[in-house]
Amino acid sequence: MASHTVSSGVVGQNVRRVDAHEKVTGQAQFTGDLALPGMLYGRVLRSPLPHARIRALRTEAAEALPGVVTVLTGDDLQDIDPYYGHALRDRPIVALDRVRFVGDHVAAVAAEDEQTAAAALGLIEVDYEELPSATTIEQALAEAAPEIHETGSLRLGLFHGLSNLVPEGNLCYQHGFSKGDTEAIRQQAELVVEGEYVFPSVYQYSMEPHTTLAAWQGDSAIVYSSCQHPYLVRAELADMFGLAVSKVRVIVPYLGGGFGSKSYTRMEPVTLALARKAGRPVRIANRVDESMVTSRRHNMRCWMRTYAAADGTLLAREVRLWLDTGAYADNGPRVVATAADAAPGPYRWQAYEINAYGVYTNRPPAGSYRAFGATHLMWIGESQVDEIARRAGIDRVEIRERNLLRPGEEVRPGGKPLDADLVGDIRKVADALEWGSARPDGVGRGLGVGLLAAGAHPVSSAIVRLEADGSVVLLVSTTELGQGARTVFSQIVAQELGVPIQRITVPGADTQSSPYDRSTGASRSTALAGTAVLLAAHDARDQILRAASRVLGVGQEHLELRDGMVGYGSGSLELAELFVRHFGLAGGEFIGRGVVGPEEGKGSYDEGPVFWEVCIGGAELEVDSETGRIKLRKLVSVADVGQAINPHLVKAQEMGATTQGLGNALYEEMLFEDGQLLNSTLLDYHIPTPQDLPDEFASIIVENEDGPGPYGAKGVGEGALAGVPAAIVNALADLGISAHELPLTPERVWRATEQRRERTPPEH
Amino acid sequence: MTELHSSGDVPRLHLRTSVNGKPVVREIEPRLLLLDFLRDDLGLKGAKRSCDVQVCGTCTVLLDGLPVSACTTLAYEAMDRQLLTIEGLSADGELHPLQAAFIDHSALQCGFCTPGMILAAKSLLDEQPNPTRADMQAYFKGNLCRCTGYYYILDAVAEAAETLAGRARG
Repeated sequence: MASHTVSSGVVGQNVRRVDAHEKVTGQAQFTGDLALPGMLYGRVLRSPLPHARIRALRTEAAEALPGVVTVLTGDDLQDIDPYYGHALRDRPIVALDRVRFVGDHVAAVAAEDEQTAAAALGLIEVDYEELPSATTIEQALAEAAPEIHETGSLRLGLFHGLSNLVPEGNLCYQHGFSKGDTEAIRQQAELVVEGEYVFPSVYQYSMEPHTTLAAWQGDSAIVYSSCQHPYLVRAELADMFGLAVSKVRVIVPYLGGGFGSKSYTRMEPVTLALARKAGRPVRIANRVDESMVTSRRHNMRCWMRTYAAADGTLLAREVRLWLDTGAYADNGPRVVATAADAAPGPYRWQAYEINAYGVYTNRPPAGSYRAFGATHLMWIGESQVDEIARRAGIDRVEIRERNLLRPGEEVRPGGKPLDADLVGDIRKVADALEWGSARPDGVGRGLGVGLLAAGAHPVSSAIVRLEADGSVVLLVSTTELGQGARTVFSQIVAQELGVPIQRITVPGADTQSSPYDRSTGASRSTALAGTAVLLAAHDARDQILRAASRVLGVGQEHLELRDGMVGYGSGSLELAELFVRHFGLAGGEFIGRGVVGPEEGKGSYDEGPVFWEVCIGGAELEVDSETGRIKLRKLVSVADVGQAINPHLVKAQEMGATTQGLGNALYEEMLFEDGQLLNSTLLDYHIPTPQDLPDEFASIIVENEDGPGPYGAKGVGEGALAGVPAAIVNALADLGISAHELPLTPERVWRATEQRRERTPPEH
Repeated sequence: MTELHSSGDVPRLHLRTSVNGKPVVREIEPRLLLLDFLRDDLGLKGAKRSCDVQVCGTCTVLLDGLPVSACTTLAYEAMDRQLLTIEGLSADGELHPLQAAFIDHSALQCGFCTPGMILAAKSLLDEQPNPTRADMQAYFKGNLCRCTGYYYILDAVAEAAETLAGRARG
C-alpha cells in the first residue's frame, strides 16, 4: 500500500505500553497461571540416549502409583496421525519405535499433582536397544552414517513453504542459488579471502518455558498455549487428531518471551493427546532443561570465499554451509533458505554460488531464533569484506559505500529488490563510532551490515469493533510476546478512528474469535498485521462516516473522526449519540474488517520477502591480553524501520536484540558430548546480565517511509541481533585478532591473540 | 521447635507466616517450595517459575524485606516471617513508585521477569536509596531479563529512587 506522512496524532508518539499496568502488578496472565477444573499435571519421559530402538515399554508400575491417572505411549496414537512438523512430518507425539535425541519424547504421564507425575516417570520401564548415533554434522554426513530418518517416506508438513523440499539420507534440506560466472572470476580476482567458520548451538531462553494446557469439550479441543503462531498450531492439531479446524480452539495468553522458540507446534500435541487419554484437562509446563531440548538455534559449519579486484571492488562469493537441525526438521528448512539468502551479503556481485544444507543429527531439534540465518552468516561475510578492505588498503566504510546495493537493486534472483538505504545506514553507524577519529591504543572498532528476509507468508487479518459507547475492541491474532504489538496496534486504531487509546481493548489471540494471522515472527507483525489493523480501522471509519452522514444530513467529505466524536466543521456528534440515532438504541456495533494477502496467491518465499530487514551494528572494544576478555566500550544499532509508530518501543527492540546479540557473540553455547547437553541449567549457560552491558549504547532510528506497512513502516526486532556478532568480530580483527568460531569466549580470544603474537615477527 | 505431625501418610508442618501484611496459617508438606506455596496454595501468581536454580530471579519475593528466590526456598522458611509479593506492593490501590516508573519507561516487554525485578529493586532502594548505575547493574545480576537489555529497567529504577528520595525529603 502507498505510504503517507503522519502529521499528527498518536502514531509516532512514545505511547506507554497498554499492557504495562497488568505486568507491573503481577496480574498479567501467562499460560502457566491458568488452571481448569479437574486439571491434571503432565510430565514427559525423555530419552536418555541419542539414538535407540525401544524394544519394550512397561507402564504398569507408573500407573499403579497413587495419583497417577494415565500414561501415554505410542500405542495410544493408533487412531490418529501421530506425526507433526510444519515443514516435514517427521516427529511422533511420543516415540513409536525409536528415539532420536537425548530428550526425545518416550511417554507422558498425567497425575493429580506435579510431584506425582515426576515420580511416575521413574517407574516407567523402557528397554532400549542403543543404535549407532550421529551427533555432529560431520558424523551425520559421513559415508557410513546411521540413517536418522527413512527420508524417502517422510511426508511434507502443512506449512513447509518451500518448493524443493526433498530430504535425502541425513540431508533434511538443500538449497542453493547462483548467478554469473564464478569460475571466470576465480581466474582473474586479485584478492581472495577464504575461511572456515563455526557457529554454536544457542538457547533462545524465553524466560517462560513452553507451557500448554489442553482440554476436550465433547469432540472439540481447547488449547491454551505459550505459542507464537496459534493458527498454524490449530491447523496441525486438527490434521493430526482428525478434527475440523473449527473444532480446535487455540488461545494464547501473554507469552513470557518467544524469540522464535515458541514458533510452530511444540508441546501442544503431547498435551492434547494426554488430555484425550486422561479424559481430563492436562497442563504440561516444561522446565528450562526441557525447553532447551525443545528448540534451539542451529549450530553451523561454513566455508566462504570472497573475491575482489585490487581496488576493493567486490566480484564474487562462494559459500557452502551446513546447519545442524537435530533429530527433527522443525523450522530447519526455512533456516537453511534464509541463511542462504543472507550468505552473499548486500553487495553488488558479478557472481556467486551459494549452497546451504540442513543436516539431521542425533541432537535436539533446532528451529527459529531471532534473526536466524543472518546471525549465522553476517559475521562471516562481513569479516571477509573487512579483510578485503585491509588488503586493498581502503577504509572499511568506504569499501561498503562502493559495493553496497542501492535501493531498487536485485538482492536475490527473483526476489524483492532492495528497499532500504544501506549506505545511509552504515554512515550513521560510522558517525556514532566517530569513525574518522583517532583510536585510543588497544581499542578496536568494527561495523557490519546485512539483510534478513523478513515477513514470512503475508496473510494477516484484523477486526475492529466499535462499541455503542465509543470504545473499541480490536481482534487480531498477533501474539503479545513482549514486542508491544498490542500497543502499536492500539496506536494505529486510535490514529484512524480518533478514539482515545485508553478506550481500545486488544484481548489477544483466540482462534475462535480473533481472525486469521499466519504467525508472529519474522518481524512481520507491524508491517502485515498492522496493515490489516489499519484496513479494519478504515473499514469501520467508512461505516461510521456513512451512518453519520445519513444521521446528520452532512456529506461524508465534511466529516472527520476526532476525540471520540464525529466532527463536522465546528460541530460534533458523540459516537454514543450516533449509535442511538443510527441503530435506534444504545447498542449495535460497527465492525470493520481488514485482510492482507498476497496478490493472486503470490507472496511465496521465492517472490518475497515482504521486506528486507536491515541488520546493522557497530562496536568499539578492548581486549585484556592476559585473559582474552573482551570489554565492550560501545555498541551501536541502526533501526531502519521506515516509520517508527512508537520510537520508544523501537529502541526497546534494539536494546533487547543487541543484548541478545552480545550473548550470542560472547557467551552463549550449548555444549554437547555424544549428543548429551552438558550445560542444561542457567547456572552454566550464561545469558547477559546487566553487568555485561557495554559502557555505552547508541541506537539510531531511520525513517525513510520505505516499508510496506502502515505509514511506510517495516518491521524491527531482529536485525540488531545479527549486527552485533559481525561488529564485534570486525572490531577484534581491527586489533589483529581473527575469529572463526563463536562465541568469543576469553579462551578463544586469548588463543587467537597468542597466534597473532606467534605470527608477528619481533621488531628488532 | 519444629512440630512435625502427620495427616495420613504425608507428614505435615504447621506454617504460620504473614503474606502481604495478612496472617496466613497452613498445614504444609515439609518439601513444599515457597514458589509452589505462593502460586498453588495461595493463588499468588505474580512470582514466576523459570530457571529453578536461583539464577534468573523471576520468582523473587521479599522475606523480611530481603529478596529470596522462591524456587529454592522452602515454604517453611517463612515461618513467623514477613513475605511480600508483587500483589502486596500496591495493595492499597496506589502504585508503588517503582511500578509507576516501570510503566513510564516501558521498562518491561514480556513481563515475565517484571514482578521479581521490581521486588529486587525495592530491596535495593530500601538498602541504598541513591544507587549509582553500577550499583544497580551489580545488584540485578540475580535478575535476568531476556527482552529489554536492561536499559529501561535501570532508567526506571533511577527515576523511582528520585521519586522516593523526594518523598523522604517531604
